[in-house]
Amino acid sequence: MSEKSELKTIPHKILAEASKAGIDINDPVSGTLLHIDRETIYSKVNEFFNGKIELLDTKVALQKYAWLNDYMWQIIDREKDEFTKKVATDFSGGYFIRILKNAEVTLPLQSCLMITERGLEQKVHNIIIAEEGSKANILSSCVQHSAAGSASHLGISEFYIQKNATLNFTMVHNWTEETKVRPRSTALIDDGGTFISNYICIRPVRDVQMYPVAYCNGEESKVSFNSILYAQKKSSLDVGSKAILNGKNSRAEMITRSVSRENSMTIVRGLIEGNNAQCKGHLECKGLILDDESYIQSIPEMIARKKGVEITHEAAIGKISEKEILYLMSRKLTNDQAVSMIIRGFMDVGIMALSKSLTEEVNNMINLVANAS
Amino acid sequence: MHILEVRDLVVGVEGKTILSGVNLILEEKESYIMFGPNGSGKSTLINTIMGIKPYEVSSGNIVFMGEDITNKSVDERAKLGISLGFQYPPEITGIKLSDLLKICLDKDLKTDFNQEEKSLIEAFRLSNFLERNINVGFSGGERKRAELLQMIFLKPKLLLLDEPDSGVDVESLKLIASEIQKYIENSGSSTFIVTHKGDILDYIKSKHACILLDSKIHCFPEPRHIYELIKKKGYDECVSCQEKIIERWNNV
Ligand SMILES: Nc1ncnc2c1ncn2[C@@H]1O[C@H](COP(=O)(O)OP(=O)(O)O)[C@@H](O)[C@H]1O
Ligand SMILES: [Mg+2]
Repeated sequence: MSEKSELKTIPHKILAEASKAGIDINDPVSGTLLHIDRETIYSKVNEFFNGKIELLDTKVALQKYAWLNDYMWQIIDREKDEFTKKVATDFSGGYFIRILKNAEVTLPLQSCLMITERGLEQKVHNIIIAEEGSKANILSSCVQHSAAGSASHLGISEFYIQKNATLNFTMVHNWTEETKVRPRSTALIDDGGTFISNYICIRPVRDVQMYPVAYCNGEESKVSFNSILYAQKKSSLDVGSKAILNGKNSRAEMITRSVSRENSMTIVRGLIEGNNAQCKGHLECKGLILDDESYIQSIPEMIARKKGVEITHEAAIGKISEKEILYLMSRKLTNDQAVSMIIRGFMDVGIMALSKSLTEEVNNMINLVANAS
Repeated sequence: MHILEVRDLVVGVEGKTILSGVNLILEEKESYIMFGPNGSGKSTLINTIMGIKPYEVSSGNIVFMGEDITNKSVDERAKLGISLGFQYPPEITGIKLSDLLKICLDKDLKTDFNQEEKSLIEAFRLSNFLERNINVGFSGGERKRAELLQMIFLKPKLLLLDEPDSGVDVESLKLIASEIQKYIENSGSSTFIVTHKGDILDYIKSKHACILLDSKIHCFPEPRHIYELIKKKGYDECVSCQEKIIERWNNV
């Protein structure tokens, strides 16, 4: 692996794949890391952000910093399931992202995990540390080259949001109809820390199952989990999130927009557990089901262990409103144009508190799939 | 040529007949004011002309500029030049008013409004609503202003307006109605307006009042006079006495 390699020397085909998931060498970013198959082939921090962020392959970072061992498998149990066990025995690296104390990272940081090798079981371990008072946006894209066939991706991610830090982490999945995906993520949020975790899965995938957890242990700590799920072509998505509210005045919010069509199955789970007398949570799930062969299930769960816990939820699943379609058709859109416009609007990135450039990025991706449908 | 002809139109919803044999002829470059009691089927008629479901035509025809459009889809009718201002326009989350306006203008969503369009948006006092989701949280008057601006941007030949003045304050009504009148005059299009109020007549120049009663449309000249008569005597009596007058004239 070479840290000096210029992004432009990376094979064109790989860049093209990466760009599908929003990783673009022409975008202004604060840093980029590319991990392909079993190797980090590129990692570079925009020099303007030197001293504000650190971006390394996890294995390299472990050699550099002995203290990093205190963050590995700290909030995820390596014995949790067969997937964590596999990554614990052997992993090919991953990304280590550190936002230094009080650093304000105005441009997004991008990392890309890609599979090109046929049948590969990619195993990565990512560590993200947002130090005290820092602010940053991360775009993490996972891509599989269509030639890789039935590959799988096992990714461990541990997030540490320290005092008064704000991290907006957006994960975009761009797998193929044959990829099996098992991310395992946990976040620990300290006093005044905010973690916004966005998940976007809008291209066909064989099977995703994930259930990231956030521990809001700090006073005034906050987490929001937002997902935009577009299940098509026999995709199976089992996506949930869990927030444990331990801190005084801690908050959790979970918002999901899910669309299911073409023999796809979507299960949206959400669990908020209130363990402090002064904590609040809200779950919201909206689903659109577009045919009779698909399936959407919403499973909101709320647990209260103290008097004073306030948790609410709202969920609605339905079809596209005929009245809305006809309304748009009266403005000269065809039926198909009206439907895709409504779907696009339904998958509202506004829920994700993204920076302007990322909003555009994600909107472009959504436009692509919505127009194709 | 008539701009619109409705012949023996029978319309129902889920098997229940609402209009049983309506006839209507609208001429080019004319404005029509339609009155009728609640539930008489005014919205049903106007929606059926546009092709909006759930209204189903079981017999009869709708002919627009010589072309039978009874079985055409809503967007085909819109492209031919018919435009409907909804009585209750829906809220659509995730679609911005500015996008919808650009669609009406047949503009690429990425291009900006030109100066003329911008000043019309400003005149409709909608500049601050462009980034808002369509009709979400709009007041009654804001909805109608947005509705009418869309229609003007669509440049129709026939405007169907379903109670454009309901839930609208005096200032908004003045704005909406005078902009409609301006558009009609400049474009030479026809208008068919459903209303319960007389105020709109201060702005819309019309020589035709139509009253829908029991699936029959009775048309008389002088909308303002007809409106005053309805207020005094009610729909039924207004129709019967006007018809008597006409009969008397015919017998002279
Ligand atoms: N979608 C519908 N389903 C069932 N009945 C309807 C529907 N729309 C209208 N109607 C009925 O048809 C009649 C005419 O309604 P409408 O056209 O809305 O009257 P108006 O606009 O003149 O007040 C009413 O009795 C109303 O209840
Ligand atoms: Mg009505």
